[in-house]
Amino acid sequence: MEKLFWITTSPLDVQSCMDKVVRREAGAICTFTGIAREFTKGKKTLYLEYDAYIPMAEKQLARIGQEIQEMHPDAEVAIGHRIGKLDISEIAVVIAVSTPHRKAAFHACEYAIERIKEIVPIWKKENWEDGTEWIGDQRETTSYPEGKPMEGDM
Amino acid sequence: MVQLLFFAQIQEKVGQKQLEVEANGKTVKEIKDVFLAKYDIASLLEDAMVAINEEYATETDVVQSGDVVAFIPPVSGG
Repeated sequence: MEKLFWITTSPLDVQSCMDKVVRREAGAICTFTGIAREFTKGKKTLYLEYDAYIPMAEKQLARIGQEIQEMHPDAEVAIGHRIGKLDISEIAVVIAVSTPHRKAAFHACEYAIERIKEIVPIWKKENWEDGTEWIGDQRETTSYPEGKPMEGDM
Repeated sequence: MVQLLFFAQIQEKVGQKQLEVEANGKTVKEIKDVFLAKYDIASLLEDAMVAINEEYATETDVVQSGDVVAFIPPVSGG
């Protein structure tokens, strides 16, 4: 598959994502994988479901790639996100960044996952024994997205 | 005709992935008031971002026939 930024229903693998950014000038490839986790806030997740506004999500992933290249002109970026049903420990997202030197790769990789959790129209639904919930605001902060506090935060 | 797209909890409440509405010249806010008031989603819509033709927009933006308006609840990818 030639796309650098893609949404798929198929299982993701890290090597294929890395292969998209390998190049002779790159001395570092940093990867991040987001994994379906079993316990969140004391609740046991049986499995996850992901939904996406696919064409816009791919555009936003590409936009993140552009933002990274504005900060690190020598970086190459590839990001794949899976949608549909994920069992615990399956890969939801894989990010690969290659750069000549490692500092930029580490920074860009972290930047990418933080931005995904801000601007990419993808949603996770946790499925527990006693119910389900679509999750919002995953940025691991308590600040409000652009002046819109959630009712639960007030 | 304007296409409205729903996702996640908004999609569940509306019961559909999309609606086609006659909304040429209306703002997003007007679309919410005219076409979406009948669903129990006022607070979900308040927390949702809006996109027109796959780019983030605001509720004061005016929509044209052929546009695709998506209501985007707080995202949780990754």
